[in-house]
Parts: sequence; C-alpha cells; structure tokens
Amino acid sequence: MDINDLRGLSTAFLMFAFIGLCFWAYSKNRKKSFDDAANLPFADEELNQRTLREEQKND
Amino acid sequence: MSELNTALEHPTYNYKVVRQFAVMTVVWGIVGMLVGVLIAAQLAWPALNFDLPWLHFGRLRPLHTNAVIFAFGGSALFATSYYIVQRTCQARLLSDKLAAFTFWGWQLVIVSAAITLPLGITTSKEYAELEWPIDILITVVWVAYAVVFFGTIVKRKTPHIYVANWFLGAYILAVAVLHIINSMEIPVAMTKSYSVYAGTVDAMVQWWYGHNAVGFFLTAGFLGMMYYFVPKQADRPVYSYRLSIVHFWALVAVYIWAGPHHLHYTALPNWAQSLGMVMSIILLAPSWGGMINGMMTLSGAWDKLRSDPILRFLVVSLSFYGMSTFEGPMMSIRTVNALSHYTDWTIGHVHSGALGWVAMISIGAIYHLIPILFAKQRMYSIGLINTHFWMATIGTVLYIVSMWVNGILQGLMWRAYNQDGTLTYSFVESVAASYPGYVVRFLGGAIFFSGMLVMAYNVYMTSRRGVEPLAVPATANAA
Repeated sequence: MDINDLRGLSTAFLMFAFIGLCFWAYSKNRKKSFDDAANLPFADEELNQRTLREEQKND
Repeated sequence: MSELNTALEHPTYNYKVVRQFAVMTVVWGIVGMLVGVLIAAQLAWPALNFDLPWLHFGRLRPLHTNAVIFAFGGSALFATSYYIVQRTCQARLLSDKLAAFTFWGWQLVIVSAAITLPLGITTSKEYAELEWPIDILITVVWVAYAVVFFGTIVKRKTPHIYVANWFLGAYILAVAVLHIINSMEIPVAMTKSYSVYAGTVDAMVQWWYGHNAVGFFLTAGFLGMMYYFVPKQADRPVYSYRLSIVHFWALVAVYIWAGPHHLHYTALPNWAQSLGMVMSIILLAPSWGGMINGMMTLSGAWDKLRSDPILRFLVVSLSFYGMSTFEGPMMSIRTVNALSHYTDWTIGHVHSGALGWVAMISIGAIYHLIPILFAKQRMYSIGLINTHFWMATIGTVLYIVSMWVNGILQGLMWRAYNQDGTLTYSFVESVAASYPGYVVRFLGGAIFFSGMLVMAYNVYMTSRRGVEPLAVPATANAA
C-alpha cells in the first residue's frame, strides 16, 4: 500500500460521490422540495414592494 | 422603539448598495472598455502610444484586464449577489455598514489599480498584477464581502438556499482562497514585492489562480446571476432544479484542475499538462449542463425573445457561453494548443467569453435591475436596449472572427518550414499579416464600447423624472 493506492481510492470515491449525488438529486422524494426551491425567485414580491414603499417615503 | 419593532416585523431590503454597485458597473464598463479600444487601436497603429511610458501597451493592457474583470465584472457581481441573496433569502443584508464598506473599499481598490498600473507598478503576475498593499486591501474587502453574504444566508427566512446562492457562495469562497495563495509575496518596498514561489511552481500556482479566476470569478459568479435573472426575466422557474444541483457540484469539482492547460509545452511536467488537458475536456459536460438549463428555461416561452431585448441579452450570453466552453476544451487539447498557443486565437477565445458571456449577461441583469432600483416602471427606452443588444452582438462577432483568422494565420506562419529546415516566415511578417485583423478587432471593440455609452444614457434617463414611477400598492399594514 503506497500513496498511489490512496490516489486511486480518491478517484473512486469522487466517482461514487458524483453518482450518489445524481441519485440524490433525481430521487422522487426530493421533487417537492426542489420545486419549492425553484420558485423562490417569485416568492418575495411583498418584501420588494415594502422596500420600494419605504424608499419612496424617504425621498 | 416602535420603529425598531416595525423593522424587525416588516423587514426591507438594502437596495442602496445594490444601486451603487449597479451604477458603477456601467461607469467602470465604459472606462475599462475604452482602455481596451485604445490598446486595440495601438496594435493596429502603434504611434497611438504617443511615446509616453504610461500609455504603453504593456502598462495599459493590465489596466484594461483589471478594469473590465474586477471593476466592471466585480461591480456587477457585487450588485447582483447582494440583490439575489436578499431576495431569495427574504432577508436584509447582514449589515448595511459592512456592505457600504465593501462598496467604498472595492472602489478604492479600483482607483489604486488605475493609478499604479500605468505607473508601471506591477507584480507581473497576469490578472494579479496589483502590488502587495492593494492585495491586502482586496483581502480585507473580500472578507467583509463574505461576512455580509454568508451572514445574510444564515439569517434567511426561507428553508432552502436557492441555487444561485450556491454559485455565488462558491465564487466568493474560491476567489478568497485563490487570491491569498497566489498573492503570497515578500515585500521589499511599498511598491515592490517578490512571489514566494519560484520557477515552474510559480507558473503552476499562477495558472491555478488564473484559470480559476476564469472558473469562479467569471463563470460561477455569473452563473449565479444567470440562475436568478433568466428565470425572473422569463417569468418561469428554472428548467431543471435537479440539473442545477448536479451542474453546481460537477462544475466546482472539475474547474479547479484545469489550470495546467495554460502551460502546455513548457517546463511543467508532462503528466500535469495531460491532467490539465483531460480535466478541461471533462469540463465541457458541466458547462453545457448549465447552458442547457438556462436556455431550456425559455422552453414554451420562446416568443418572449421577440419582444424583450433584456431577455435576448441573457439568452444570447448563454449561447456565447456554450460556444466558448466548447472552444476552450478544444484549445486545451495539446495538439490543438500547439497551433493556437501564443496566437490571437487565445485573445479571441477570451473575448467570446468576456464580451459574449460575462458582459452580455451583466448588461442584461443591470437592465433588469435599474428600473427596480430607481422604482420606475421600466427602462427609459426599450428601443435603445435593442440597439445596444445589436451593437454588443455585432461587436462581439467582429472581435471573435478577426481573432480566429489572425490566430490561425499566425499559428500556421510560425510553424511553416522550408525544405532545408529553416523557418519560412520571420516573426515580423506574421505581425504585418495580422494588420487587417487588428483593424477589424478595433472596429468590433469600438462598436461594443459605443453600446455601453447607449446604455449609460438609457440608465441616466431612467433615473430621472421622465419615466413613470413604479406604482407600489399600499397595504393594510402600511404606516
């Protein structure tokens, strides 16, 4: 066992980590939470409006 | 006390610092691109350095790169990251004072660069030319930036950290590591330092830094911008959130290895060159994953491209991104690199990314932001955005094509041999043959630069009274 075994193992580890990540990202029970996350850019209009209102008041 | 309670129960966003950075994006874009146009003209007409040392190409070129990357691109990244992190975390920035410090600190860095580089004060490390006192200032500002950004994520009101913030966070973290490690230097005077690295190690650290400045500053950061502004402008969520997660981890894991392709056929060990080449080719996959994810966000809404020039900026920037991230891996193949290295092809490749991708997505994002930040219904003139779009596209295409032609011409001339083994062409013959390409490149750059002036006018007019203010509906709890 020398340093090159470690290098080989780290490559294998990264490959399995990547495959695992793909399975995790595409698993069925993550779908709902990812759909919610994807809609975050559209979920804060109220805060934006309040900010603009405050800024107009201070003008 | 009641005011404090109101602020806690009904938080608002800090748009001031976003507005400051957004306006400075336009200002520094004009300055940086003007210097670019000047040095492009100098290559065609060398007399334009007026025999003044501080107008010499060798001093102005780093000024151009620093100004467009760190002043223009940097301001765009600060503006959009502060905006995105607030809006997707539904929380105000961690600290208004610290955010203001990053604004003024970053402007001070830019002004220091604009003074020292023409004076010839430089470390001579590409994209890291600034001398050690400025390096320290950059570090301080950057740490403050990280505290504001990640602090805002910590106090978020949403359960999830939106994908744009992952890219922006990776960019902030990686740039901190890259800057600190590559700028390790021993000061010998206020304006002079020597790198702690020497020889080939110095070259490898430099290009590990250099290529990841591309990968994290100019790619991950702007992908963060893409993941917010493309869905927002198209008014539909990103095509695949799952792909965005795979895209993120694949991109950050692979980019960090690609640096050695800048050192093909040098003293760098062959195995390191091969590693850099293989990793650069693999990089095509995550790059295109991101491009496809951005483009496909428009699926079912392609008609919006016809009427919305802002969306056109964003989507065309993605096509240039796809093009340059195909070209890059191809050029990193050692045998292709044997032709392209040290020629104008490299400069063309950089600008297909810099003008086509980085600048155009920033311009699109700024056009999206300016009306919001000035509480206006829209930009002063949509027609002028469209004009700007065509100027930017035509300018970029002229620039890239002329540099392709020049690069292949130079590469072929330099490697041409006579039967007796002598070189067919002297170097200066390849310079003379490049003249038409330099003129076309100057024209393309000048058109792109003029587009920025159109933008500045449009932004200025939007900030004035001419455009109807945004009607903000008052709510029941409004004081």
